[in-house]
Amino acid sequence: MAERSFAKEVEKLRLGAGEEFSGEGILAITKALLQCGVGYVGGYQGAPISHLMDVLADAQDILGELGVHFEASASEATATAMLAASVHYPIRGAATFKSTVGTNVASDALANLASGGVTGGALIIVGEDYGEGSSIMQERSHAFAMKSQVWLLDPRPNLPSIVKSVEDGFELSEASNTPVMLQVRIRCCHVHGQFTAKDNQRPRMTVANALDAPRRDTKRIVLPPASFLHEKEKVEKRWPAAVEFIRSRKINEVFGPDIARVGIVLQGGMYNGVVRALQRLGLADLYGETRVPLYVLNAVYPLVEDEFLNFCDGKDAVLVIEEGQPNYIEQAFASMLHKACHTTRVIGKEVMPMAGEYTGQVMLDGIGAFLRERASQLLPAHIRAPNTTDISQDMSDLAAIVPGRPPGFCTGCPERPIFAATKLIEQELGPHHIASDIGCHLFSIMPPFELGATTMGYGLGPASASAFNSPDARRRSISFVGDGGFWHNGLTSSIGNAVFNRNDGVIVIVDNYYSAATGGQDILSSRASNRSKSTKHPIAEAVKGMGVKWVRHIENTYDVNGMRNTLREALSTPDTGPKVIIASSECMLNRQRREKPLIDTAIKAGQTVVKPKFGIDEDICTGDHACMRLSGCPSLSVKTLDDPLRDDPVAHIDQSCVGCGNCGEVADAAVLCPSFYRADVVHNPGPWRQFADRLRRKMIRALQNRREKRRLEFLDA
Amino acid sequence: MIGSSLAGTLAEDTGAIIKLAILAVGGQGGGVLADWITAVAEHNGYRAQSTSVAGVAQRTGATIYYVEMCRDTGRMPVFALAPAQGDVDILIAAELMEAGRAVMRGFVTPNRTTLIASSHRIAAVSEKIEPGDGRAPSDQVMATMKNAARHLVCLDLEKVALEAGSMISASLFGALAASGALPFDRESYASILSGSGRGAAASLRAFAAAYDQTSKAGQAEPAAASEARPTGKQAKGPARLLAQWQQLNVRIAAYPMPVQDMALRGLRKVTDYQDLAYGAEYLDRLDMAVKADLAAETCALSIAAAKHLANAMCYDDMIRVADLKTRSKRDGRVRAEVGINDAAVLQLTEYFHPRAEEFCGTLPLSLGRYIEKRPKLFAWVDRRINRGRHIRTDSMSGFAMLWCVGGLRRWRRSLLRHHVEMDHLQRWYKLALDRAGDDYALGVEIIHCRRLIKGYSDTHVRGQSKFDRVLSSLDDLRGRADAADWIRRLREAALKDEKGTALDGALKTIASFSRR
Repeated sequence: MAERSFAKEVEKLRLGAGEEFSGEGILAITKALLQCGVGYVGGYQGAPISHLMDVLADAQDILGELGVHFEASASEATATAMLAASVHYPIRGAATFKSTVGTNVASDALANLASGGVTGGALIIVGEDYGEGSSIMQERSHAFAMKSQVWLLDPRPNLPSIVKSVEDGFELSEASNTPVMLQVRIRCCHVHGQFTAKDNQRPRMTVANALDAPRRDTKRIVLPPASFLHEKEKVEKRWPAAVEFIRSRKINEVFGPDIARVGIVLQGGMYNGVVRALQRLGLADLYGETRVPLYVLNAVYPLVEDEFLNFCDGKDAVLVIEEGQPNYIEQAFASMLHKACHTTRVIGKEVMPMAGEYTGQVMLDGIGAFLRERASQLLPAHIRAPNTTDISQDMSDLAAIVPGRPPGFCTGCPERPIFAATKLIEQELGPHHIASDIGCHLFSIMPPFELGATTMGYGLGPASASAFNSPDARRRSISFVGDGGFWHNGLTSSIGNAVFNRNDGVIVIVDNYYSAATGGQDILSSRASNRSKSTKHPIAEAVKGMGVKWVRHIENTYDVNGMRNTLREALSTPDTGPKVIIASSECMLNRQRREKPLIDTAIKAGQTVVKPKFGIDEDICTGDHACMRLSGCPSLSVKTLDDPLRDDPVAHIDQSCVGCGNCGEVADAAVLCPSFYRADVVHNPGPWRQFADRLRRKMIRALQNRREKRRLEFLDA
Repeated sequence: MIGSSLAGTLAEDTGAIIKLAILAVGGQGGGVLADWITAVAEHNGYRAQSTSVAGVAQRTGATIYYVEMCRDTGRMPVFALAPAQGDVDILIAAELMEAGRAVMRGFVTPNRTTLIASSHRIAAVSEKIEPGDGRAPSDQVMATMKNAARHLVCLDLEKVALEAGSMISASLFGALAASGALPFDRESYASILSGSGRGAAASLRAFAAAYDQTSKAGQAEPAAASEARPTGKQAKGPARLLAQWQQLNVRIAAYPMPVQDMALRGLRKVTDYQDLAYGAEYLDRLDMAVKADLAAETCALSIAAAKHLANAMCYDDMIRVADLKTRSKRDGRVRAEVGINDAAVLQLTEYFHPRAEEFCGTLPLSLGRYIEKRPKLFAWVDRRINRGRHIRTDSMSGFAMLWCVGGLRRWRRSLLRHHVEMDHLQRWYKLALDRAGDDYALGVEIIHCRRLIKGYSDTHVRGQSKFDRVLSSLDDLRGRADAADWIRRLREAALKDEKGTALDGALKTIASFSRR
C-alpha cells in the first residue's frame, strides 16, 4: 500500500474525448498512455515518478478493463527488459523509472533492446531527478540516449505538451524501430494543470494475443552477425527515419519573430524558465509571445541539422540553453555550423553555468548577459541600466544563523533505534568501517548519528564493503542494506557475493515492510496482503537460501538493547562468513496511515484502546540533550523553561509523538536519565478497570497527601 | 515553422502573474496548503499552477511548494515551475527559520513581497544535539524579516492551529486570507476548506482564528515573551514551617535589591529539595558572596552564586527523582500534557536504569564507601542493580516503591552522595571566592562553570570532567588580565559538543601561550 492513494484521482483516467482533464503531470502521462492504446506497462518506483507507479497500481481496474498488463517490476533492468514484448509484436509498451540511477541499472537491457530494435512502440519514461530536491548524483540521461542510440524527448513542461509527447513518442518509436525515452523533470511530474482528453484505446494487440501466436526473428537477437548489422541499421535506417519523423511532424517548435539577429535554442523542459527570464527582461508577455526567436527542442536526440541551420540563418548568434554537463547539444550544434561553414556564433556555457540547475536567477543572468552583449537594442532602458538597491548586506548575516535542515528520519521511525544501537556499540567497541546503501536508512550519515562512509548504489551496501575482508584485521566491517535494495539487487550482488567470497563482515538488513523511501510501495517481503501481488516472502529464508549460516532476526527494532547485543555478537563471534542481522519493524509513516483510522473507529465504537505517548519531566531533565544525540526524532525537541535558575533548554516531547518507544529504550540502553515516561491513555476502559483505577488513585492520593501536608508548597512554581 | 508575428507592444505585462512560494518543513502539510491556494484561485476565475518537489525532501527536511496564478482570459499563460530570487509576491513560511531561509535565498524583496511567517520554532537536529543551548537566535531573523519584506505578517500560527485542533496549513491559509495579498474574499477561502472532507470543521476553526488574529494584529509583532514574573513569596503549609520560611525571607530582604529575586528562587528550590534548614544553609553560603560584593560594590558574584549554589545543592539523585515523580502536581501535569481529564484511565511507565554508583550513593556514608573501595563487591552489587527498570507509577506497588525512595530525603545528609557533592561544592565555591579577591570577574566566571555539571550517570561524569578541564587552565591563566574571558570561552566551548572537542582545542590554545 503506497504512501499516497490515487484511488479517487484515477477515475479521471476514464474521461472521454473532448472532456477537460485537470490534475497532476504524472496522472496526465498515465492518461496519455491509455489514449495511445498501450498494451503493457511496467516500472520501478523512485522520485519523481514514484507517483506514476502508484497511479498505475491504483488504476489496475481500469487497466484490466482495457486489457492492459501492468507490472511493478523488480528493478529498472526488469522494467526495460519487459519491453522485449515489443520486439517481435506490434504491441505498444511503456516502462518508467527514476533517472539516472534507474537508467544505470537498466542500461544492459536498454543496450540490447536498442540494438535489436522494436516493432511495437516502446516508450521509456524517465523521471529526471536533477537540481534542488534531488536525492541522487547529478548526471544526464542524455548520455544514455547517445550511447545506445535511442531517441530522447524532452517536452515543454505543461500538460498538453507532455501528453502530445507520449503520443509522438510511440509513433516515433514505431516509425524508426527504436525505443524512445521521454524525460520529465521533478516539478513537471508534480505540476498541476489541464488538457483536453481523448478516448482511451484498447491495445491493437494484447499480450494475450501475442502469447497465443508466438513469433521470432533471429535477425532481431543480439548475437553476431546480427549485432553488426544492427549497428549499421541504426545509422543507415533508424536514425534517418527518426530525423524525418521529427522534422515532418514538427516535434520541435519555433516561437517568436521570423527575422531577428539573435535566437535561443533550448531543451523543451527549459521552456518555461526561459520564457520567464524573457518576461522579466521585458521581451515576452504573459502568454509566451516573445521578441527573441526560440527554437524549442522537444526532441533533444537526435537533432535535426537542417532545421537548426534554418533557424540560424540571418542570426549573428544563438544561445543554447542546455542544463547539466557535458554540453552535448551545444557541441553538436557547433559542429553542424562549422561543417556548414555557417557564420552564426553558438554561445552556451560561456554565459550559462557549466554545472548546476538552471534556476530562475541563472536564466535571468545568463540570458540577460547574452542579450546585453549581442542585442542590447532589444532591451528596455530600465533593464539595460537598472537602478538597483542592494539589500544583500543584512541577508548575508542570516547564513550564519539559519540552520541547515536536511531530510531525516520521520517521527517514530523504526530505523532510528537501529542506528542508536550502532552508535552505542561504537562507543563500546570503537569506530568501524560502515558501508551505507540507498534508502531512508542513508539518513544515518547525518547528525545525530553520523554513521556510514560510502553509498555505492541500490542494494550495493554490503557489496561496497566487500574489499574489507581481511584475516589480519581485528575489526569487521558493518554494512547496511534496506529491504527495498535487498530485493532490487542486494540478494545476489551483496548477499550472494559475500557468501561466495567468504566475507566475514556484518550485514544489517533494514526491513520496514515496504520500499519506504520511494513512497511505501509493497515488495516481496511486505507483510500486507496485496490483491494483485504476491507478498510475505521472508527475507530470512532468502538469505538462508543464499547460503548464509549466521542469521539473526530482530522482530522489534525498538529493542535497542537487543539490537546492540546482536550487533556485539555479530562483531565478535568466531563464526566465519557473513553475519546477517535482519532488523524488522514497520515504517511508521505507513503504520500510522494504516492504524490511525482503525484506532479512531475503534475508539468511536466504544472499544477499549490503549494509546501511548512519551513525555519528559522537565524538572528532572538537566538539559544535556544526550537523548537527542541518540535520536533526532522530530517530536523530541528543546524547550526553554521560565526559570532563571536554568541556563539550558530542557528536552520536550510534542503532540506529534506516536509513542514508538525509542526514547525510553535509548534512555535505558544508554543509561541516560530518568526523566522519560510513557503515558498510555486507556480509551473506553471497562467498568472493572475504572473501578480498580479509582481505587488505586485513591490510595496513591492518600500517600501523596500524607507527605505533602507536612512540607511547604510554593504556589506559583 | 510555427512563427508568430510580434505585435508592437506585448499583450500584458508579467506583473499580472501572482507568484507565491511556501517554505515548510516536511510533514507540515505544505502540499495541502498549495492545493487549497490553487483551488481558491481557480474558484475566483484565475488560472493557477502549483508545483512541488516530492520525495526524500519531504522527510522532515526543508521543502518548497510554488504556485503561480493570473486572471483567466481564455489563453494559457506561461508559468514558471520554481520561485526565483527577487520575483516572489507572497512568501509563506511555516516556521521562523524557514522564513529566514526564504530571506536568505532572496525570495523576499522589500518593494514587493508580502511575508507571512509563523513565529514558532522547530529546532533542527543540529540545534538540538548541543549539550548547551544550540538554538539559532530568533531576534536577528525577526529583525531582518522586517527589513526584507514589503509587508510582514508574523504570529505563532502553529499555536493557533493546535488550539483549534488542526494543522498549521489551515492557520497559514487564514493568515493569507487576512493579509489581503490575494484579491479574494474571506468566504471564497472558507468555501474551499468546507469542501476539504475529513477535518474540515477543525480546519475552519483554525482558519477563522488565524484570520481574526492576523486582521487584529495588522503588522503587529509577536507578543512579548513574558510579563513581569511573580515574585513567588507565597507558600502554603503548616504554620510552624511558614513562620520559619518568613524568617528566611527576612534575611533575603536584607540583600541588595538586584540579588533578591535570584536568591528567593534559589531558596525556594533548595527548601523544596530538602527542608528549611537546608534553605538556611544555602543563605549562609550566599552571605559570603554578598559580603564579598559589598567591597566590590557590584552584585554579579552574588547573583551568580545565588543561582549556581542552588543548583549545586539540588544535585540530581535517586531521592529527588523519586520525590518529583510521586507528587500530586506531577500527576496533574502529565494528564494535562497527554490531554485527558481526571476521569480517564492513564497508565504511566517510568524508565530507570540505576547502577551500583547510584545505589552506593544512596547508602550511609561509611557503608557506601566500604563497597566502593572493594571492586569485587562493587561489581557484584552492580550485577544485581545495573539493568533497565520500567516502573509503573499508576500501580500501587510501583508508586509505593518510589514513594519510599522519595522518603529517604529525611536521611539524605548522612548519605554518601551528599558528602561527595558537598565536598565538591565547598572546593568550587571557595576557589571562586578566593579568586574573586584578586580578580573579581574571574571569580564570577568560576561560579558560572557550575553550569557544566548536569545529567545522570555517564552524562554527569562527562560534565564533571569538562568542569575539571576548564578549571585546570586556571594555573596557566594565572596573572593574565583576560583570565575571566578565557574561562568564559572555555565554558562555552565545553557546551558545544558532547566529547569536548571544541574544549580541547581551546585548552590547547591556552597551553600554547602559557608556554611562551
